[in-house]
Amino acid sequence: MNLDFSFYNWDLITNFVLKGLGFSFMLTAIATIGGILLGTLLALMRLSGRRWLDVPATIYVNGMRSIPLVMVILWVFLLAPILIGRPIGAELSAIVTFVAFEAAYFSEIMRAGIQAIPRGQIFAGQALGMSYGQNMRLVVLPQAFRNMLPVLLTQTIILFQDTSLVYAIGAYDLLKGFEIAGKNFGRPMEAYLAAAAVYFVICYALSWAVKRLHRKIAIIR
Amino acid sequence: MAWDWQVFCEDTLERTPTQGCFGKGGDITYLDWLLSAWGWTMSVSLLALLLALLLGTLVGTLRTLPNNPKMVKLGNAWVELFRNIPLLVQIFLWYHVIPTMIPALQAVPGFVLVVLALGFFTSARIAEQVRSGIETLPRGQRYAAMAMGFTTFQSYRYVLLPAAFRIIIPPLTSETMSIFKNSSVAFAVSVAELTMFAMQAQEETSRGIEVYLAVTGLYVVSAFAINRIMASIEKRARIPGLTMATGTGGH
Repeated sequence: MNLDFSFYNWDLITNFVLKGLGFSFMLTAIATIGGILLGTLLALMRLSGRRWLDVPATIYVNGMRSIPLVMVILWVFLLAPILIGRPIGAELSAIVTFVAFEAAYFSEIMRAGIQAIPRGQIFAGQALGMSYGQNMRLVVLPQAFRNMLPVLLTQTIILFQDTSLVYAIGAYDLLKGFEIAGKNFGRPMEAYLAAAAVYFVICYALSWAVKRLHRKIAIIR
Repeated sequence: MAWDWQVFCEDTLERTPTQGCFGKGGDITYLDWLLSAWGWTMSVSLLALLLALLLGTLVGTLRTLPNNPKMVKLGNAWVELFRNIPLLVQIFLWYHVIPTMIPALQAVPGFVLVVLALGFFTSARIAEQVRSGIETLPRGQRYAAMAMGFTTFQSYRYVLLPAAFRIIIPPLTSETMSIFKNSSVAFAVSVAELTMFAMQAQEETSRGIEVYLAVTGLYVVSAFAINRIMASIEKRARIPGLTMATGTGGH
């Protein structure tokens, strides 16, 4: 077999690949931030000790975690136009899906992080006269977030890899960019190999950075 | 909006309702198709799990070998390679690229390629669990095996691996559930599993909600069943006081 990467010139990269890469990064960023916010809320609901908050959050989290992501992507893409009354497009649909789906995973991480905070911290906050909200915002969550930072970032790397699954609804992400470039030039094999290389470099670099961060945090603690 | 569950009793060719919901004489209904898709999902997942357990144990063991930095490096490289490329991209590589490089794989059906892709992908994650399982064991276990005059192979075979496996059952449970969910990615190369069924039946019948509900229900039921089976294995096999926590992340 003969591979020929010569068709990868700068024009092709800017036309096909960068557009897809931009969307993959944007999706990852929005899903991480939105997922952590929604996930923290779900975690607080599950730890609230009130059944009417705990039960729905538990059902949501466990339900999401037992369905494949591809099915969730398809569900949102199918239901959103029915609920809103007009088509919302694959890209927006993907963003909604990823925030909703990743929230379930981030909530498990945040829950573990909150539970790992010594009870004495919460009692100390209460002794200072802090309300539940103040106690969470000023004492518990900053520590939980910081302790869980490496795990949250590792989840973000997994999330970035999962963004390739928007293939199911045809959204234009990094993989799609490579695929279209490969089809246009009749070189699909080179396109898939190049896509694998780009994903590998990004994910490997990120996980290396997370490992370093982990070591740094471990020393301070 | 009205439900129409009759759609599952329809013939897939003529779209006419069939008596008893199961097709006869070579015709199939959507219900038949759904059940066969479930079978494909199960087969892909279980075969990939088998492959992943074999490879993962081997690679995980390599990474803990004492005084053998080359093997440790090889194991680490394996894990990094298969962990840092998205599963979908790996499936495309197995499907479109590798058969051109290895002509023997050209005659192989797509189903086998997906099993290989999913198995290799998951082997990296199982190798990570096996490694940490072995490293969690007290060092004295290894020394005791050495003092008994065991060879390296014997000490892994009789002392380290049996104990390591018993403590990594909780993370292996979540890997098993992940492999099952990840098998849905096989839709991309047209393996007739549940997600593929969902996409095609939705298009043909335009009863998307009923079709998706049935498929999602089967996924949830299967995930729950796997969870229960693994929990009962864990209960029997666990070593008191030596259980590893399940990861919170992943999928």
